Amino acid sequence: MAQVSIRKVVKAYEGNVQAVKGIDLEIADEEFVVLVGPSGCGKSTTLRMIAGLEEITSGDIAIGGEVVNDVPPRDRDIAMVFQNYALYPHMSVFDNMAFGLKLRKFPKEEIKKRVDDAAKMLDIAMLLDRKPKALSGGQRQRVAMGRAIVRNPKVFLFDEPLSNLDAKLRVQMRTEIKKVHQLVPTTTVYVTHDQIEAMTLADRVVVMNHGIIEQVGAPQELYHNPATRFVAGFIGSPAMNFLTVKLVSDNGLYVELADGTRLAVNPARIDRYKPHAGKTMTLGLRPEHLTETHTNEKPGTAYLDATVDVTEPMGMETMVHFFIKGEPVCARVDPLTVAIPGQILRLAADMSNMHLIDNDTNKVV
Amino acid sequence: MSATIARPGSLHRQRQWTLWGSYTALSFFVVVFLVPPFYMLMTSLKSSAEISAEAGNPWYPHSPTLANYMTLLGSDSFMRYFFNSVWVTAVVVVVSMVISILSAFALSRMGFKGAQVLSTGVFLTYLIPPSLLFIPLFQIVGWLGLINSTWVLVLLFPTLAVPFATWIMIGYFSSIPKELDEAALIDGASYMQILVQIFIPVALPGIIAATIFAFTISWGAFLYPLAYLYSADQVTLTVGIVRDLIRGDVFAWGMIMAACVIGAAPPIIIYTFLMDYYVAGLTAGSTKG
Repeated sequence: MAQVSIRKVVKAYEGNVQAVKGIDLEIADEEFVVLVGPSGCGKSTTLRMIAGLEEITSGDIAIGGEVVNDVPPRDRDIAMVFQNYALYPHMSVFDNMAFGLKLRKFPKEEIKKRVDDAAKMLDIAMLLDRKPKALSGGQRQRVAMGRAIVRNPKVFLFDEPLSNLDAKLRVQMRTEIKKVHQLVPTTTVYVTHDQIEAMTLADRVVVMNHGIIEQVGAPQELYHNPATRFVAGFIGSPAMNFLTVKLVSDNGLYVELADGTRLAVNPARIDRYKPHAGKTMTLGLRPEHLTETHTNEKPGTAYLDATVDVTEPMGMETMVHFFIKGEPVCARVDPLTVAIPGQILRLAADMSNMHLIDNDTNKVV
Repeated sequence: MSATIARPGSLHRQRQWTLWGSYTALSFFVVVFLVPPFYMLMTSLKSSAEISAEAGNPWYPHSPTLANYMTLLGSDSFMRYFFNSVWVTAVVVVVSMVISILSAFALSRMGFKGAQVLSTGVFLTYLIPPSLLFIPLFQIVGWLGLINSTWVLVLLFPTLAVPFATWIMIGYFSSIPKELDEAALIDGASYMQILVQIFIPVALPGIIAATIFAFTISWGAFLYPLAYLYSADQVTLTVGIVRDLIRGDVFAWGMIMAACVIGAAPPIIIYTFLMDYYVAGLTAGSTKG
């Protein structure tokens, strides 16, 4: 059993600059948790504090129920995979993977068995005699993972492990990591700034910003029910559209865009939004919820006319960019839709998937 | 458009001029630096009679002889000087390297308070010329009762070698990614294990560069052995040559030159084999991320 508990953890550097501002997080045994956020949000610092590579200014970190604040990294029973692989350049792949076991004085046969098993699982069995410099980026990352796996630790820590790989390899290795977690279910904390990586890998995603946790939840929950403007904008690609609107109560409830267009609020949400009537707020609408019109729209659809600025045909869909009173908007339409720059295109907004953000608190209401 | 067509190959021409300039300057230095050792080697192969005859072409021996070498190698005192130099240098190199590797690792990796100031301080000591120190040091050495003992060199040479060797090693260790020691820490290594099993093998070119430096300081030193040692059984090679082969105004040129060739052989052999490592070590940090 290796649950990880982070309780009121603060990391402050000299000059009282706080990188992590008192976060709380409970990670269950065998859970795959991804910490995601922009540069400087404190995600890597949090991971390094779990690893014991950074001291904690205040608060507690417990692994398997035991507080490890003052336990050195080697006694925490963790393994870490680094962004730049951190392979020992003078050692063969075998020795790299066996290093930790040798230091822990495992018998030779046991070391060989564990290394061979991990190498087979990661498809690097034929590379065991090579030095790291003779490997490709993807192979090096596999070795780094192998070095972690052979130790059979309580917790795996990944610090942006795919950032140094090219796009194609990144997708491939992402699947490999997921597969490894299925084969060796171990509590895993994974740091990335790539929200797609976070969504595809995680059991739960932790979105961090400016040293605090904005929201914790399953990938789908974060996507469909973001708690804050930051999460709404960070999760999803292309990013959610944000439009300044006025909530108008006039024979029904409407959001009034800056150009005067009124979009009717889905009746199911009227009670939820009504207390904010009259306020200037931000409407959040994902590009896929702003599409070409259909003959039989589902209930809760509203329409607006867009003067097309730029189109981006992606093959299976086309992104249409336009402005509403200076605010950029992106719609995701069928590739067969005729969208010509400069011409007007009628779009359907799926208001049952809208988000309304309070401009004072930046929270989704 | 026309401007680019009017000057085809200007880059090529510029490169050629640069190369010509480089080769001219380098050839000048090669001549200036290699003529003395060449003359030394040629003179060492001449008999005393031929040297003093001042007849014929002085740039090569007319009747080459190894007599000077044979006399030196058969001389007990010369062999004693040679081995004094060998043992002093061996101990100095080992002591200097142990101190500088340990201190460079601590200064570059242990992250303690004042590490930066301390590393600057270590380097600053290197900037004080040894010739300024030998008089005050004489007092200290006398107080320690080490005058006329080769141990004085074992004590003093590391003080000259360690600062620069440490500085080279700090540069090299700093070029090793931080994640490497973090990975080793997590793998279960102690700081000493990280140093011995990761840093020393990875930083071998830097260590070799620093070793060569420490070797050169000790092997080629003249001032300190001259100042602190006087009896035949303690003197090192550099001072021994002057002591035995120059008697008043009589210079045994043939043997002096042969002794210099023998004395220069170890550094030449070491430099020849380790030159690539030496250059790699000195330039580390400037190109590695």
